[in-house]
Amino acid sequence: MSDLLIELFQEEVPARMQVAAEESFERLVIERLKADGIAYETCDAYSTPRRIALHITGLPAAREDVTEELKGPSISAPEQALAGFLKKAGLASADQLTRRDIKGTEYYFYESVKKGGPTIEILGSLIADAITNMPWPKSMRWGHGTVRWVRPFHSVVALFDGKIVEGEFAISPDKSIKFGNITRGHRFMGSKADFEVNSFADYRKKLEENFVLLDRATRKKIIWDGVCQQAAQAGHGYKALEDEKLLEEVVGLVEWPVPFLGSFDREFLRIPQEVITTSMRENQRYFSVLDNNRELSNHFICVANVIPDDDGKTIIHGNQKVLRARLSDARFFWEQDLKHNLETYLPRLEQIRFHEKLGMMSEKVARLEKLAAMIAEMTDADLAKSVRAAHLCKADLVTGMVREFPELQGVMGAYYARGGAHRTPRDAYDEGLDVSTAIHTHYSPAGPNDSCPTAPVSVVVALADKIDTLVGFFSIGEKPTGSKDPFALRRAALGIIRLIIENRLTLDLTPVLKMAASLYNVPLPEDIEPFILDRFKVLMKGKDFSHNIIEAVTGDSLLDMKNRIEQISEFLDTDKGMDFVSATKRAINILENEEKKSDQKISQDISEGSLIEPEEKELYRVLISIVPKVQEQISLGHYDEAMSCFAGIKDQVDLFFDKVVVNDNDPDIRANRLAMLSQIRKFTGMIADFSRL
Amino acid sequence: MEKIKSFQGLILALQDYWAKQGCLILQPYDMEMGAGTFNPATTLRTLGPDDWKVAYVQPSRRPTDGRYGENPNRLQMHHQFQVIVKPSPENSQDLYLNSLLAIGIDPNKHDLRFVEDDWESPTLGAWGLGWEIWCDGMEISQYTYFQQVGGLDCSPVSLELTYGLERLAMYVLDVDNVYDMPYNDDGYTYGQVFLRNEQQMSAYNFEFADTDQLFQQFVFAEKSCRFLLDQKLSLPAYEQCMKASHTFNLLDSRGVISVLERQGYIQRVRTLAKGCCEVWAENISGNISENIAA
Repeated sequence: MSDLLIELFQEEVPARMQVAAEESFERLVIERLKADGIAYETCDAYSTPRRIALHITGLPAAREDVTEELKGPSISAPEQALAGFLKKAGLASADQLTRRDIKGTEYYFYESVKKGGPTIEILGSLIADAITNMPWPKSMRWGHGTVRWVRPFHSVVALFDGKIVEGEFAISPDKSIKFGNITRGHRFMGSKADFEVNSFADYRKKLEENFVLLDRATRKKIIWDGVCQQAAQAGHGYKALEDEKLLEEVVGLVEWPVPFLGSFDREFLRIPQEVITTSMRENQRYFSVLDNNRELSNHFICVANVIPDDDGKTIIHGNQKVLRARLSDARFFWEQDLKHNLETYLPRLEQIRFHEKLGMMSEKVARLEKLAAMIAEMTDADLAKSVRAAHLCKADLVTGMVREFPELQGVMGAYYARGGAHRTPRDAYDEGLDVSTAIHTHYSPAGPNDSCPTAPVSVVVALADKIDTLVGFFSIGEKPTGSKDPFALRRAALGIIRLIIENRLTLDLTPVLKMAASLYNVPLPEDIEPFILDRFKVLMKGKDFSHNIIEAVTGDSLLDMKNRIEQISEFLDTDKGMDFVSATKRAINILENEEKKSDQKISQDISEGSLIEPEEKELYRVLISIVPKVQEQISLGHYDEAMSCFAGIKDQVDLFFDKVVVNDNDPDIRANRLAMLSQIRKFTGMIADFSRL
Repeated sequence: MEKIKSFQGLILALQDYWAKQGCLILQPYDMEMGAGTFNPATTLRTLGPDDWKVAYVQPSRRPTDGRYGENPNRLQMHHQFQVIVKPSPENSQDLYLNSLLAIGIDPNKHDLRFVEDDWESPTLGAWGLGWEIWCDGMEISQYTYFQQVGGLDCSPVSLELTYGLERLAMYVLDVDNVYDMPYNDDGYTYGQVFLRNEQQMSAYNFEFADTDQLFQQFVFAEKSCRFLLDQKLSLPAYEQCMKASHTFNLLDSRGVISVLERQGYIQRVRTLAKGCCEVWAENISGNISENIAA
């Protein structure tokens, strides 16, 4: 068995693109191998800032000839059919075709032979094609080149069992990169000369000797272990703040990671913690360090790409200096922003656009206040505080800090609403904890893993913000399509749903959506409620509820639907539940069959006098007896209790089906029996449409 | 590797290095502009097929960055060292790294990194891909492969390197306040040379620039640029475009342009810049107008 090594070497690939590049290149090569009928055992992809590599094992050294028989038209078919077949087979005339009889008709056949041969011979064009088809999110030209790549492309290693795969990749009409066996190590620490490699093991080993760790997982582990070690050196019980996204990015920024511990003036810790960690992460790619009380400490960890010859003195000094300037800037914004209370920023929202077709942020705020008032009244939240929080929730967008760090929106507003300090509010300006928290969390939940606000005022503002956004974008036809959802409307809808069901709100959304639309002076977009309902179903399926139960349920509100789904699912897991459903379905099926025959919906009152058989009399009696309780339980939302009532008359239902013939010759008797079944359908239907289960 | 001791020492070392790489050393363009990229030696010369290798210092004006000389590293006018190499050479990255070695940045002591940064100038209709170069976590240069200028494809592609001189010098010389930085090797400080400029120009930029006149100047420059473009005179037309751009920056720092209007002004400057680039490109492809032929 043979193996293949490919390395694409280019100038620094953006960290965020490396993993996708690995995957795309692997996919492109594998797809072609499969198309050519070449099997393999394993395929591993690797990437560093400067290289994308692929190692495939278990390839055949050579391929057999492959014969394939193509069936053509019958010999009596019109000439065009034959011409079409010849064209498809790539033949000039019918000379090479054979004829064979199938069930009395003679057909043309062609035996095409795919020549086999040494695998290495087809790899050159296969690799070149994979390179040509690489999808980069952004690509460029360089020099006199005409080809596009993520950054200038320098060399390709392509080795099949240690032998160079003959091939090349054209970068301009008169220039190509020839595949070879030469690569290089770390930019500064590796050998100054390029070096040859002869196998994957040799490649990996020589890279490591030249200070390149090929494996992302290895780099990741070394970085995180090193970061933790450095953090522990900052003080007893000190720990690095976990940050998976940052860790992934740093993996893509270094070929040889070397973490260093630095510190900054404690004075800066007076700036909100979120600001410091955001600045360190976003601007500098530093890890934060928490002290033994899990509070932010005045330390940071940077990960260098080099082993310096002075133990890092210069690097640490430099990084501390940069961070000092960053934090000074942040402190400047913090102090400037605090000179005014949040209210004074509001007029500037008149200059900030919400969306081109949806007006300014100040208009959004005006709508949010009205929506918040409505939702507050419907959910018994504090009206004045809800309106106040809606009034102020966008004010921080024009503060210096949020303009510098947009991801701190909401967070800064909350600080500023309390006059700057969360814990010890200044007397002079303080909107109070409820309003401040509502400002902080009104963008939440921002994804399936984000926590959902729970304080009543917070819930109101978070709902208002999302409903306004959803209705606004639907009203201008900006709906998500396929994988495209530029305004995160699915997330907004999911947010609305989670806010309602996780907080157990019996809120009826329809009037709120109508109000939101009227604030835009548009009718409620028709597709918005189905969209929300659809997202609700997706959420429920994600929680492993059965598709059929979800589809069987309707309700007054999302919460009501969720309760029904939960209770039905739980009830169906019991024996009682199974009996209940089979009996109900049986009744409904009989009814539906009869309705199909007569093309009429059956729903009549039962006439007690027309009951003849004891079993039907008995069923009638127990049915009548449970109806009041069923209705009561349904109105209380106790669907499981209601279902239990039906389950309690299982024996009577069974006997009815066993002993009574519904299709009696006397139409009146028949109608009366069907009416009995229709009563069962009617009352179980108040819980769910059980015929769909 | 010689130790850099002053701001001018840094400039001289960079000029010397790039001159040795075959770059023409140009003197700063004698007009106000926001960045070295605005200089026609970059904007116009990166268009067209001819080779072009230059390096120059360009004083760069950012009126809104002024702090009356009170901030240790914010300036309304700083200096950029700009290098253009067309076509971008195979060994671009090595050339750049060697320039750092020439100013005393030793890659065995420092942590040098190429961090993704896609450059775009909406006012010039220009963009390119490349990196910001980090030295120990600090951005010391902008490194760009020019793809388009004035909406036109760059073919061949130019390499653009921009060193922010004050920031780089403060780093190499390890000073915390720009005004304390030695300007030369004999004790002159940056503050002695530029502090008064920063104080007075900040007052002008923020308080005393006559906005009515500036609005008129913008319109005048725009009109002149269009007229000159009709005459197919791309260089003087481009000067008017630079004037319009700087006038807009001043109006911006006087705070008289709203967020919404901003886009409109940027769009107007871009239209001018595109016009200049188009006329320039037409000229090099041989369609020299009668005005110039005559």
